[in-house]
Amino acid sequence: MSLTTSANRLSPPAAILRHAVLLVAGALILVPFVWMVSLSIKPPGEIFRASFSFWPAQFYGVENYTKALTQAPLPRYMGNGLIVCALILALQVLVCAPCAYALAKLRFPGRDLLFGMVLIGLLLPHQVLSLPLFILGYQLGILNTYAALVFPYVVSPFGIFLFRQFFKTVPDDLVHAARLDGLSEIAIVWKIMVPMALPAVIAFSIFSVVSHWNDLFWPLIAVRDQSLMPPPLGIMAFKNEEAGNDYGPLMAASTLVVLPLVIAFLAAQKWFVEGITGGAVKQ
Amino acid sequence: MSEPRALCGSSDQPSATGGVRTFRSPVSPARRRAFTETLAAWALAGPAVFFLFVLFFMPVIGVFVIALTDWQFGARSLSFVGLANFREVFADVGFRASVVNTVVYVLIVVPGTVVFGLLIALLIESGKSCRSFYRAIHFLPFMATLTAMAIAWEALLHPTIGLVNQTLAAIGLPTANWLRDENTALPVLAVIGIWQNLGYAMVLFLAGLKSIPQDLYDAADVDGADLWLDRLRTVTLPMLGPVSMFVVIVVALRAFECFDTVKVLTQGGPGHATDVLLYTLYRESFEYLRTGYGAAVAVVFLVIVVTLTLVQTRVMDRKVHYQ
Repeated sequence: MSLTTSANRLSPPAAILRHAVLLVAGALILVPFVWMVSLSIKPPGEIFRASFSFWPAQFYGVENYTKALTQAPLPRYMGNGLIVCALILALQVLVCAPCAYALAKLRFPGRDLLFGMVLIGLLLPHQVLSLPLFILGYQLGILNTYAALVFPYVVSPFGIFLFRQFFKTVPDDLVHAARLDGLSEIAIVWKIMVPMALPAVIAFSIFSVVSHWNDLFWPLIAVRDQSLMPPPLGIMAFKNEEAGNDYGPLMAASTLVVLPLVIAFLAAQKWFVEGITGGAVKQ
Repeated sequence: MSEPRALCGSSDQPSATGGVRTFRSPVSPARRRAFTETLAAWALAGPAVFFLFVLFFMPVIGVFVIALTDWQFGARSLSFVGLANFREVFADVGFRASVVNTVVYVLIVVPGTVVFGLLIALLIESGKSCRSFYRAIHFLPFMATLTAMAIAWEALLHPTIGLVNQTLAAIGLPTANWLRDENTALPVLAVIGIWQNLGYAMVLFLAGLKSIPQDLYDAADVDGADLWLDRLRTVTLPMLGPVSMFVVIVVALRAFECFDTVKVLTQGGPGHATDVLLYTLYRESFEYLRTGYGAAVAVVFLVIVVTLTLVQTRVMDRKVHYQ
């Protein structure tokens, strides 16, 4: 029996099977999310009575979420995450876009060498650099400040690479016309190239924000003060303080940390998938 | 733009404006334009070049310098000790455990992620309905903050009140203290690794599936391969070959970089059961401040990751020839 007709359509039993398997797999994938939200609205008694029910007998969400927001400086962590991600992204675009334009549209001695440097930078895993970067941060006296969280990421080889790919597709005539109009090279970057390559800029922004919002490794090294911690580090500190016994507020805090990216992802799924996998697929 | 300049760059014609001045400019306008273009290019690339040097190249040289000397954090002088740090690292039972654990972790995560990612991608692509819905669900763990999700997993795996043990007990299967038992801790972390990366493999496979030309399926139809399984065997899987190789390496790279779940859930324990390279690197460098040891581990890690990435680049080059 043929599972598919010539028109590439699944036969009804096969279509049902497809949905069944995907739904079951999807449900399993979602279990940690569902369980996290469920515990975040349960009172301690119900959590430790251990039942299968998702919805609590006594709704305790208000208490748990209030505790998460007041006992741990969660709003502060989220604010730190926002500041750090915004600073990193702004600096990266500011540093990478002009360099990518030079690589894509200008002819100059050393261009291949510069591109080679970018490729080598792309090759290096950032964690390997952490020890010298920590020492550098110490020498500069900026450890345990926002600057410490931001400085290693001021330049992104991936950003330069991605922008260069897109800038290359902008027609040369446009660049010439802009020069004839009297635009300086730096003005061409910001007024012509970046707007023309907006999809790349958006994809890179998503990639950058997601990686730095979620990063635990470097913040763990760079800051000690609770008031500077970005969300992953903050929630780890909260967990250690609570000794892992006050599950309700801890799960509420986890939910709140995960929520912004999940909402943004669901709202702009296509962009996220392209942004995060873009570096891998496009070459 | 580039060709005309290449043509007139060598010509020594006097510049059109040169006659007005008292002396003839020795530089042709084309040369001058090339010069200003070079100047502009380096000015535009300057900040990036500076930061690439300070934040990438100096640190990478620094790691090698620290690994080959006896320098300790805060020390004013250093002397070359050759491979002593590496000898110490490789003689350390803890480090060897860390290497073995990392390899085991990668060997579980890579096949698990690739096989499940491929299956889900094939299932999604085999029908037309709800594609983006299923894609969204399976991709969700990849971008959810892993530190927070690790805390959710800890609750799931809790020995008494966790959903996993409750479910196992309810259907009469043996339970375990998953994260505190040295036989289960690493495999459980690997399961979380698969859970997190599966969606990534899936979207890479979905992109690969989209790029398979419809003609090949039509040709397979003509050849009598009308069963879905036949088409899968004769067209889909062979055409996915290069993509699969690429996915394997990308997932392996991510698996080698496992850190968050170890830090939050096990801190390398019980014993050395979940010590992985990156966690060893972190702990030795920043908790024990064993600078030389940490740098040597970093060099080992760097060699592994760079080798894998170079293999990946070769695979990508080969993929271009296939198309």
